[in-house]
Amino acid sequence: MIYADNAATTALSPKALSVLVHHAKNTWGNPSSLYAHGQEAKEVLEQARTQIARCIGAKEREIIFTSGGSEADNQAILSAAAWGKQKGKRHIVSSAFEHHAVLHTLQKLEKEGFEVTYLDVHADGLVRPEEVKAAIREDTCLVSIMYANNEIGTIQPIGEIGAICREKKVLFHTDAVQAIGHIPVNVVTDQVDMLSASAHKFHGPKGVGFLYVRQGVPVRSLIEGGAQERGRRAGTENVPGIGAMAAALQEAASHMDENARHLKAMQARLIEGLSRIPHGALNGDRDRRLPGNVSFCFEGIEGEALLLLLDDKGICASSGSACTSGSLDPSHVLLAIGRVHDVAHGSLRLSLGEDVTEEEIDYIIACVGEVVAYLRSFSPLWRDLEAGKKAFIL
Amino acid sequence: MALYSEKVMDHFRNPRNVGVIEDANGVGLAGNAKCGDIMKMYLKIEDEVVQDVKFETFGCGSAIASSSMATELIKGQPLSEVRKLTNQAVAEALDGLPAYKMHCSVLAEEAIQAALQDYESRMTKEDN
Ligand SMILES: Cc1ncc(COP(=O)(O)O)c(C=O)c1O
Ligand SMILES: [Zn+2]
Repeated sequence: MIYADNAATTALSPKALSVLVHHAKNTWGNPSSLYAHGQEAKEVLEQARTQIARCIGAKEREIIFTSGGSEADNQAILSAAAWGKQKGKRHIVSSAFEHHAVLHTLQKLEKEGFEVTYLDVHADGLVRPEEVKAAIREDTCLVSIMYANNEIGTIQPIGEIGAICREKKVLFHTDAVQAIGHIPVNVVTDQVDMLSASAHKFHGPKGVGFLYVRQGVPVRSLIEGGAQERGRRAGTENVPGIGAMAAALQEAASHMDENARHLKAMQARLIEGLSRIPHGALNGDRDRRLPGNVSFCFEGIEGEALLLLLDDKGICASSGSACTSGSLDPSHVLLAIGRVHDVAHGSLRLSLGEDVTEEEIDYIIACVGEVVAYLRSFSPLWRDLEAGKKAFIL
Repeated sequence: MALYSEKVMDHFRNPRNVGVIEDANGVGLAGNAKCGDIMKMYLKIEDEVVQDVKFETFGCGSAIASSSMATELIKGQPLSEVRKLTNQAVAEALDGLPAYKMHCSVLAEEAIQAALQDYESRMTKEDN
């Protein structure tokens, strides 16, 4: 099997697995208990906090452990909104292609009287810092722009946006779920106030993540209860998961350069190979993208059928077609970069793992070419395109 | 649990009656590219019986499987039977579809009924 869906989730690294099992077995005390067995668990948490903080240039007390990326996104946005409401600031700037954990939270706030500006991400899938600047108003309480997009992999100019927000004294949150562990992220040089991350995207376990909150930024607890995480997140901590997350992140950070170098070479080979399929196109900027992300649209075919046939050939991938999402609309990300519905339905996302080989890339290229040609052979849409009854878009 | 039944996967992987009938006397189209599924049905009708049927589909796994199964259900059948074909019958013959995929079987029914209408309007034209 070739697993090329690492943007969906990653395999647990052997190191993270051994830490997970070790703490599940041995460090099962409650970190809030004062006897030694509890304090050992507390020690695991604090060590993990230190390791994670170091990886992103933060201080220990700025890291809040959460149940994952979605919770971190919700907490960051709702905290900024609660603060904004107190100050009479009810405007938020975000982008059109954020993850649903951000978009749905913003939609909830819109129903409560907030106003949200969704910035255009242009055909290249990049937010323009000057457009962020222009969108900020007197009553803006938050700017939330993702670090890297989960579907098309484009990396946003976070440092430039951070500088603008700092200058304008507006809170800045970034959903860095796809970036952390894959590209260098530093909360100080990027000037971010809040940052969300999720362990299962960097070979850690599912159901655990963290929110970075810069010291002094007002943050609220989403979950009422005990005083864990200094009152910012109630609930007995997931000690094994948090320990394993820190181990996974350290490992990812220490191999980041070599992993990125290899992935970029594999990415280039894959993009070149898939570009030879007629009437297809790469989604998002060619260069400013995550090293493992390759996203294409192929005209005249539908993505789910493509995925099922690739699965038959042992390739795990994903698509933003409507039929994979359970709704009638294709992915909002592809629509946001200007892909029309007809084309957006024929999308394919391959997100490579660090251990992918050249042979596997060549196999993927051959299989995608074969399956696209096969599906086109009985597609009435393709027939019309070829017959000139409809104009090719790609 | 797989997303689709064995039957759906069988018809998706090995679709029956794929292609075009050049001298079809009933052609029907359903769906559109915007929603992500388009089906085109070609019927060759003689003596009020579907002698041959072929389809082309742009769409997901269940759209392709639904088209394939629908052609099997009507091939060799008298028009009186074909008119009674419902999307439920197509879905049942496939051992069921996930709820959010039922619209794909609806398209198969619509494409076939559209092809029948096309046939009937051609017949009335000939009669006139
Ligand atoms: C960009 C982005 N944000 C948020 C999430 C949600 O993370 P989690 O699955 O940990 O809740 C994901 C994962 O799907 C993601 O890709
Ligand atoms: Zn469908």
